[in-house]
Amino acid sequence: MDILPILSTLRRHKITALLLVLEIALTCAIVCNAVFLINQRLERMKMASGVAEHELVQIQAFGIGDTADAKAHAQEDLTALRQIPGVKSVALVNQVPFTNSSWNTSVKLDPKQNQATLNATQYFGENLLQTFGTRLVAGRDFAPDEYLDMRLVARDEKLAKKVVSVIITRDLGQKLWPGQSALGKTLYLGGDPMRVVGVVAGLIRPSLFGGDATAQWSMVFPLRMDSDNASRYVIRTAPQDRERVLAAAAATLRKNDPHRIILEKKTLDDIRADFFQDDRAMAGLLAGVCIALLVVTALGIVGLGSFWVAQRRRTIGVRRALGATRGSILRYFQTENFLLATIGIALGMVLAYGINLFLMLHYELPRLPAYYFPIGAIALWLIGQVAVLGPAMRAAAVPPVVATRSV
Amino acid sequence: MFGYYLDLALRSLRRNKALTALMVLAIALGIGACMTTLTVLHVLSGDPLPGKSAQLYYPQLDPRDMDGYQPGEDPPVQVTWTDGMNLLRAGRADRQALMTGGAVPLQPAQSSIEPFFENARYTSADFFPMFEVPILYGRPWTAADDEAHARVALISRKLNDKLFQGRDSTGETLRMNDVAFRIVGVLDSWRMTPHFYDLNNGSYAEDEGVYLPLTTAYELKLGRNGSTDCWGKGSDPDHMDTAPCVWLQYWVQLDTPAKAAAYKQFLIHYSQEQKALGRFQRPPNVRLPDVMGWLDYNKVVPGDVRLQAWLALGFLLVCLVNTVGLMLAKFLRRSAELGVRRALGASRREVFMQLLVESGVIGLTGGIAGLLLSLVGLWLVRKQPSDYAALAHLDLPMLLATFLLAVGASLLAGLLPAWRACQVTPALQLKSN
Repeated sequence: MDILPILSTLRRHKITALLLVLEIALTCAIVCNAVFLINQRLERMKMASGVAEHELVQIQAFGIGDTADAKAHAQEDLTALRQIPGVKSVALVNQVPFTNSSWNTSVKLDPKQNQATLNATQYFGENLLQTFGTRLVAGRDFAPDEYLDMRLVARDEKLAKKVVSVIITRDLGQKLWPGQSALGKTLYLGGDPMRVVGVVAGLIRPSLFGGDATAQWSMVFPLRMDSDNASRYVIRTAPQDRERVLAAAAATLRKNDPHRIILEKKTLDDIRADFFQDDRAMAGLLAGVCIALLVVTALGIVGLGSFWVAQRRRTIGVRRALGATRGSILRYFQTENFLLATIGIALGMVLAYGINLFLMLHYELPRLPAYYFPIGAIALWLIGQVAVLGPAMRAAAVPPVVATRSV
Repeated sequence: MFGYYLDLALRSLRRNKALTALMVLAIALGIGACMTTLTVLHVLSGDPLPGKSAQLYYPQLDPRDMDGYQPGEDPPVQVTWTDGMNLLRAGRADRQALMTGGAVPLQPAQSSIEPFFENARYTSADFFPMFEVPILYGRPWTAADDEAHARVALISRKLNDKLFQGRDSTGETLRMNDVAFRIVGVLDSWRMTPHFYDLNNGSYAEDEGVYLPLTTAYELKLGRNGSTDCWGKGSDPDHMDTAPCVWLQYWVQLDTPAKAAAYKQFLIHYSQEQKALGRFQRPPNVRLPDVMGWLDYNKVVPGDVRLQAWLALGFLLVCLVNTVGLMLAKFLRRSAELGVRRALGASRREVFMQLLVESGVIGLTGGIAGLLLSLVGLWLVRKQPSDYAALAHLDLPMLLATFLLAVGASLLAGLLPAWRACQVTPALQLKSN
């Protein structure tokens, strides 16, 4: 195919051709980055929690006024909840994954260091790991006699020193002691030593306080909560029993003590969906904009192509009269579009890279992976070819006799 | 002449309906997307108290111990009970209020309404005049009520509608957490956007339903909502008034910049004095941002909203380039017609005006369609789950901005094609036919 005649034609339509190139470049740059952003959001929504998500439900109960014996009150609730048919395990915990309330503390490796090593989340609650379904990969779970009452520990410094065991996540262990087993190591919270007795595969921090990179930095302590200092009952059951168990749990809690407010009866799946709703909305919006951009660009190509074909009707007729086949006319317009698209895509790559740099600077995004560039290029080439096919076929249909007529 | 041009333009646009529709749609989509996102950005980054916000300041102190000390570090974003009360009692500002968020179990007198949680603000008397809170019935409580730990409450208009069907409920009793409070006032509709005085429970949280004296709420150990940051011995649930923890917000009103400068000096003296007493250990580290400074420091506008605005601007740019290209091609295709007009005596200026009217029609139609689309867009935003969703409404400045953007975009889209097309040489066009 001869490129020279195409180039000489385009030279006569410099501004229009330039605008088309610019449009393709902008579309290519924006779509590459938008698709990358969509993938980032979708990845984020898949973030592992380390708990048996499909088997967990949460229900919150708040007493009104003073509760006489918060510990006994909580134990009564727990016993009653365990009686519900289908309930496998129940725990009263201080926090639950994918909610916006979290307890965090700074961790040191040496009590004398001035700056803390890092900040991690603290999970409390008797029977927490078993109920959450968190997988232990090393060491052991807490023994029943290891648990102390949070209510007493929070008010008694001497008793607080008796909390000496901690279970941490594998990620946190690797961060604190890279390349070593965390089991048996000691970390310090506010000067008090804690020995790592167990390591779990993963346990996500509730509000992702500290950013996604630190999502798995969690610690579990052998502390027992009561109805005064905790409100979240977590129940593990079979997936198909969740709704029934939730309803029964609400009724049980109300029956145990009518003088309270029951809130947040939710499955963990719902809690997770709520937590990532902004990401989902953003991904949807980006996808919508991508589609709109590609459609506008494709229609722009159709429009311009139609104009050019109409404008060059006579020329096409002359060419046909001089022996050019329908196929060569078709290919002429296809090649012209391919050429413009290629220039646009090349420019678009540079722009895409620039936009990515800007986003990295302002939105803590990683670098755009290289494979986005060829994918973006192929997508725009395809769209260009599909869009120009209509006008090009109309051009190919111009009869040679047009050459003999004046307009 | 304008009428004639308009007639020509409409004729020309009608001749190629699909293309006209495409150009109008492209501009409309671009402007619609842009105005939707810019409106959200505008609403979220607005001044919550125009005219007053420059006189409201948020004092920050550094009461922490030397553990983890780094020179030049920012002070904590809240204050301790001790410091808050000291500053409140010193009364050095024109007005001052100490506060925290909370939630109270509310027990309605009607048996038809189950007890429920209501968001509350525990604060001191100056809160209401300082933040220009509109009062529908009754009046705020007084400093004497603060001192007396009085069982008094103000409630929002919304809560008043729910519990008392909107009638004047001052003097009525409201039971919360098994304690009887006397309603002394009802707020008129009031929502601070952003929720600048306490950003802990969402930057765009709704304003609270119940307002109680902080001293009363603390005495009754009512539940708190917010963030607590401790050092040293850490928090003690029974003695948060002496615990080494920051958990309260403290706001002051300082009417002149001179007073603000003097107040900053006062905060430095206070820090030095506390250090001499052994309560503070770090060197004085004092900040005094005003409302907008405080919002900037906290980066309240969500990153996603900014990103959406950039995305929409990019989209508008593509749509404009698209329309310019199409319009240019269209005008150039009519070179022959324009050549005839020129040969018959129309000046270049007149041809230019004619083409500009045609592109203006497209731009304006696109702009109006864009405005309608942005209303649809904002309606869609309001359906979103974010806590700021309900705020997405077009206001007058943004309506004007939309119009300016539409006119500007259409002119921009029309200028280049019109200019290029009126450059045609009449003789050449006539000859080629």
